[in-house]
Amino acid sequence: MTDRTSVTITVNGISLTGLAEPRMLLADFLRDELRLTGTHVGCEHGVCGACTVIVDGVAVRSCLMFAVQADGAEIRTIEGLATDGEMHPLQKLFAKHRALQCGFCTPGMLMTAIDLVDSTDDLTEEDIRVGMSAALCRCTGYEGIVNAVAEYAGKVHGKEGVR
Amino acid sequence: MKPALFSHLVPTTVQEALEMMGDHAAEARVLAGGQSLVPMMNFRLARPSVLVDLNRIPDLSYIDDRGDYLAVGAMTRERAIENSALVRDACPLVYDATLNIAHLPIRSRGTIGGSISNADPAAEYPATMLALDAVMIAKSGRGERSIPAAEFFEGVLSTTLNSDEILTEIRVPKAPADSGAAFVEICRRHGDFALAGVGAQVTMDGDSVAAVQLAACGVGPGPVRLTEAEAVLRDNSLTNEILSQAEQAASAQVDPDGDAHASAAYRRKLAGVMTKRAVQQAAGRAGGGV
Ligand SMILES: Cc1cc2nc3c(=O)[nH]c(=O)nc-3n(C[C@H](O)[C@H](O)[C@H](O)COP(=O)(O)OP(=O)(O)OC[C@H]3O[C@@H](n4cnc5c(N)ncnc54)[C@H](O)[C@@H]3O)c2cc1C
Ligand code: FES
Ligand code: FES
Repeated sequence: MTDRTSVTITVNGISLTGLAEPRMLLADFLRDELRLTGTHVGCEHGVCGACTVIVDGVAVRSCLMFAVQADGAEIRTIEGLATDGEMHPLQKLFAKHRALQCGFCTPGMLMTAIDLVDSTDDLTEEDIRVGMSAALCRCTGYEGIVNAVAEYAGKVHGKEGVR
Repeated sequence: MKPALFSHLVPTTVQEALEMMGDHAAEARVLAGGQSLVPMMNFRLARPSVLVDLNRIPDLSYIDDRGDYLAVGAMTRERAIENSALVRDACPLVYDATLNIAHLPIRSRGTIGGSISNADPAAEYPATMLALDAVMIAKSGRGERSIPAAEFFEGVLSTTLNSDEILTEIRVPKAPADSGAAFVEICRRHGDFALAGVGAQVTMDGDSVAAVQLAACGVGPGPVRLTEAEAVLRDNSLTNEILSQAEQAASAQVDPDGDAHASAAYRRKLAGVMTKRAVQQAAGRAGGGV
């Protein structure tokens, strides 16, 4: 029960190993064991979305998965978005559209949006509002977030904005 | 908060999982998608000392066409169901219900078997299975049982599954050719649990309702088959008069409790309004028009 087992995950392309008790949440493993503190923890019951990361290609709540369950998985976190010191296009759009203020929700917002946009090629503004309702922001009032994600969806799918 | 200590067992076959459940029935819980169980463990509302984790059993994840019905493996993710053209065509009510469940990152992990076993009174799948007369297949070291939806749901977070049983498969009858389906609900924010919701599958014969299956969530200790409203609608045209009679029959049949989100009276009202909307939408999709 209290035995810590070795957990190896590929995070942002790099294989990393740490130790975890079965009860250790993936969010805490990323933050406390691997020291990747970009993934935030808010509510710990799946409601706020701050802890959202991409596991084997799909966005999930890292507060609702145990680290041991992720052994062998490929995970993308906020730390993996920028390449060579250059911000990810969606990060740039968040800045452009003032889609963040305190920034607490932002890592989860970005990972949620990337999965949403990658998995659907025909997003309406309504779809974006519904999709982004998966994550809570207490600062911005969401307009900037919706606009940033809409412009990003247009870029990724080669369209001017959204329908 | 963080979960209490537990032992994590990871079977790779159904047989192995059944043996583990047999050995630890008293203290073990099945871990499916974890989207209901882990929040409860994080808040220590649940403290199982053994978790039998089904996530590494590939054999529990499938959607099979078996002629009259679809067989869905218990560990099939809600997200896989929403992306399945087979489900959308053959069981459109299941598809529509899925779109109302939580948010995409939750549906990435949450499973159909977990939702049905969890039996949250506000959850969409239990009501959907009740409306469609689905059959649950439960296995244990003692054998296999088929449990019709009408005998499966017992009350708040309670089913007729025994503590050593695992729900392995859900069999959902296919929709008739000229039917339409709709799941409609009201919630505080899209993706939250419904204050009240109704799933409808309607088959039209010209202007008249040849068959209708209705069930509600959020308005009682478990899902409610809206038999009174079904009786009002059957063999009738969907006139305003008939629709408002069905609305009243649904409101009269349910017995909701009030809570911080909505009063009992409001939920009762919603059960009727959702019934009317679900039937209208389903009939519209059946080509019956309203
Ligand atoms: C923020 C949030 C919002 C949500 N909103 C909704 C919503 O609107 N509608 C909705 O329906 N759901 C909602 N859910 C719940 C979600 O759909 C869950 O995924 C689902 O209810 C449980 O499925 P699971 O696979 O995650 O099960 P788990 O959480 O793993 O298990 C739930 C329970 O069922 C038991 N169990 C699981 N699988 C089996 C099995 N095969 N055999 C026997 N017992 C089993 C477990 O032991 C546990 O007691 C929400 C969840 C969150 C976190
Ligand atoms: S911390 Fe995971 S959803 Fe809030
Ligand atoms: S920017 Fe502060 S919570 Fe979203």
